[in-house]
Amino acid sequence: MSSAPPVSFFDRPNSYIGRTVPRPNVKKLLQGRGTYVDDITLPRMLHVVFVRSPHAHAKIVSIDRAAAQEMPGVIAVVTGPELAKVITPWVGVLTHMKGLKSAPQHAIAIDRACWQGEAVAAVVAETRAEAEDAAEMVVVEWEELPAVVDMEAALDAGTPVIHPDLGDNLAFRRELVTGDVDGAFAAADHVFEEIFHTGRHTGVCLEPRAVLADYQPAEGKLVAYQATQAPHMIQNLLAKHLNLTESDVRVVCKDVGGSFGIKVHIYPDEMATAALSVLLKRPVKFIADRLESFVTDIHARDHRIKGRIAVKNDGEILAFEIDDRTGIGPYSVYPRTSAVEANQVVNLVGGPYKHKAYRAATEVVFQNKNVTCQYRAVGHPIACAVTEGLVDLAARKLGIDPAEIRRRNLIPDDAYPYTGLAGLPYESLSHHASLEKLLKLMDYDGLRTEQAELRKRGIYRGIGLASFIEVTNPSAAFYGVGGARISSQDGCTIRLDPTGTIICATGVTEQGQGTEAMIAQIAATAVGVTMERVRVITGDTDATPYGGGTWASRGAGIGGEAALQAGKALRQNILTVAAAMLQAAPESLDIRNGTVVDTDTGVERLPLEEIGRVVYFRPDALPKGLQPEFVVTRHYVQKDYPFVFTNGIQGSYLEVDTETGFVTLLKHWCVEDCGTIINPQLVDEQIRGGVVQGLGGALYEQCIYDDRGQLVNGSMIDYLVPMAGEMPDIVVGHVVSPTASSELGAKGAGEAGTAGAPGAVMNAINDALQPLNVSLAAQPFTPESILMALGRVSAKVG
Amino acid sequence: MEQHEISVIVNGQKLRRRVSARQHLIDFLRNELSLTGSHLGCEHGVCGACTIQVNGTAVRGCLMLAVQADGAKVETIEGLSDSGAIADLQEAFHQYNALQCGFCTPGMLATAAELVELHPHADREEIRAHISGNYCRCTGYHAIVDAIAFVLETRRNKGGAA
Repeated sequence: MSSAPPVSFFDRPNSYIGRTVPRPNVKKLLQGRGTYVDDITLPRMLHVVFVRSPHAHAKIVSIDRAAAQEMPGVIAVVTGPELAKVITPWVGVLTHMKGLKSAPQHAIAIDRACWQGEAVAAVVAETRAEAEDAAEMVVVEWEELPAVVDMEAALDAGTPVIHPDLGDNLAFRRELVTGDVDGAFAAADHVFEEIFHTGRHTGVCLEPRAVLADYQPAEGKLVAYQATQAPHMIQNLLAKHLNLTESDVRVVCKDVGGSFGIKVHIYPDEMATAALSVLLKRPVKFIADRLESFVTDIHARDHRIKGRIAVKNDGEILAFEIDDRTGIGPYSVYPRTSAVEANQVVNLVGGPYKHKAYRAATEVVFQNKNVTCQYRAVGHPIACAVTEGLVDLAARKLGIDPAEIRRRNLIPDDAYPYTGLAGLPYESLSHHASLEKLLKLMDYDGLRTEQAELRKRGIYRGIGLASFIEVTNPSAAFYGVGGARISSQDGCTIRLDPTGTIICATGVTEQGQGTEAMIAQIAATAVGVTMERVRVITGDTDATPYGGGTWASRGAGIGGEAALQAGKALRQNILTVAAAMLQAAPESLDIRNGTVVDTDTGVERLPLEEIGRVVYFRPDALPKGLQPEFVVTRHYVQKDYPFVFTNGIQGSYLEVDTETGFVTLLKHWCVEDCGTIINPQLVDEQIRGGVVQGLGGALYEQCIYDDRGQLVNGSMIDYLVPMAGEMPDIVVGHVVSPTASSELGAKGAGEAGTAGAPGAVMNAINDALQPLNVSLAAQPFTPESILMALGRVSAKVG
Repeated sequence: MEQHEISVIVNGQKLRRRVSARQHLIDFLRNELSLTGSHLGCEHGVCGACTIQVNGTAVRGCLMLAVQADGAKVETIEGLSDSGAIADLQEAFHQYNALQCGFCTPGMLATAAELVELHPHADREEIRAHISGNYCRCTGYHAIVDAIAFVLETRRNKGGAA
């Protein structure tokens, strides 16, 4: 054992910070022995299936359930007005989104359905199959109403207003002007414009949304086993709308089969399931099927953005301007609202660059389609694609290499702290270091040479770059200040058991990111034990400190810091007791590998299990005035910035087949800066998974609605997702600029991959097609859209 | 509902059960036998989450009725785990972090098990092609390809030494 004192806390013996450690909690998943909600069966459990609107907008004239009620196994058929007796409606607004409005939304529609898929009745039966059989027997008489489908026409005078009480179909508008925008455009040598579309798509979690609500009438308690990212938020919402005491609601979140923002909201059918359990006094399970998932899981990214960039002849960017519109469906989603995505687009466009003028406007409109809300990387892939598309457009027109125009315009690495044009401070970013690292990883010059050679042979390969900034570690500015009871702080309760085992209960949650591994690594490091000695508890509002959960790339940065501080405090408490037992000074002792040692010599003095034995079973052997405290809780909230921004850059190399329009992704690179890296493998895998999610949106994924508001591709046969065969290998690199807002220094990494991938792919496609004077700006870039751009097909195919 | 009696060997255990004619094999395994390791992602045969082995072949359990399994040998992830048949794949998936949420993993492993048996010399592209019927939203596939490639190489080396 070395006698030299560690240079930093993270260099201590048996530090796990910065080490790849296999996740301790996945062996059960590898054996199919996890516990997803649908794996749980309770005595007397019932199953609910919802009758959903086949129309985008229709009045419910009547619901005839007589035949359904006679079906085998049926316990109840419940309509909206009946359920409304036990659950109150909600309105998805936040006060800091000034002007945001929405209409009251019910768990089950009362008199009208506002999108295809909205639940209008619930059928509860003893088995799922029986509930499905009976649901088919429910007869709803509809009076179809005109549907608002096209977001561009939503505010037109002749368009029906979906919620007449609101006056119009405008949910939210924001305008932002920073600097002398008109002056910048007047002073520009060139102004380039493009209209971008980011296709409406959705999360397609492999595990559909799932809840098992178990109301226990004797105690008035509700236990909700729910696949969610935010258990305490769900607890609050269920209590509030079911008129229960918040502490009587327990939300248990065991294994979750992917979430990506899809499971960070509360959905009407989930609320209805809980209400049905209260109504029927029995456990009720709801598992969405895939069709339901497509028509009710939040959609996202349905934006049209008119973008302009003002540049000088040498490529200097003077200004960006955007005019954004997005259609969010008929309601702003509760409780995080459907204005956040557009708000983020305004906040993030132009983010990596040092221009001085920026104008943005966004309009968020209602329509009769499924709702949209926060999906992984909220707004980032849109803002990044617009920004980077405009930068590459300027580079192409000016004949400047895409890497060079970025070198000339990215905010210098020594310019921090720096305030972006949306008024948000950047603590410490590394755009130039990231760019140079990416170019080296890619062998950018080599790829350019290869590209030129292949072009001579009629092969069109493209290289695309996309720099980005990313919102992580949010403060209360995200939701709390707007009135949402969504915690921006998180806690960790850590304890030493008699056997020397460390138990950590944390408010952040696990959906596969590696949260439990990350917490265990930090706790082991902070206390001074091996990973094998650490157990982690997540996802139970009865057992964990109050916290926000896992979203907005906050798990490591917020939850990790709380674990670090809790672990350090426990370590001090253990050393205080050890010092008394050893009659030594606490500061002369350390804990290494689960044993108290002399700090200077490393000589082992007392194993933790011996301290545990004495403290728990022979406290009489301790000095009278010494009360050991082996349970410690610490909390952390990031207060220094609205968000701790990270940055990164991605590179795409691909080939476009100009005969078929097919895009083959050859390789993808991402260099990102998430500050302190706790587990390099987990960070890399977050990046890779995120990249592929972004690639899906760029190339395949789109929720296609017809002009009557019908989703026409609501199955995995028709809605394409990235599969292994089409995906490239992904190289990940890092630049490390720890945040000074916490001791841990960790920023988020969960959304960086998704943020930059679509922009990089768009730029690569346009780079490939540059010799043909063709460029595209509407995602997804399907073979059809590429052939149309090339003029090889003149009208819509098929 | 029409019922049929079937005789089926599940994870080595011979069973007789009366099943509804319309019940698919995964609902049978999950609901009747409590073998919840086989997951349902789409029930259209697209996502691959329900992939299991029937008579040694990887099949989509949601596209097969329980009555069609009459007389068959069915191996689920639970059986494949307990027999040790895919222990090296599971260990490699663990080491490479070739799973995140784990929902696709039982199906992915069943498909991978078939690949390593049938195509011991598969390269990365062939691995990608073979698992391209198994959807994973979390990993981006790179780590899964790494893990399978590692197992193929390890098995080849062992075979060479034997």
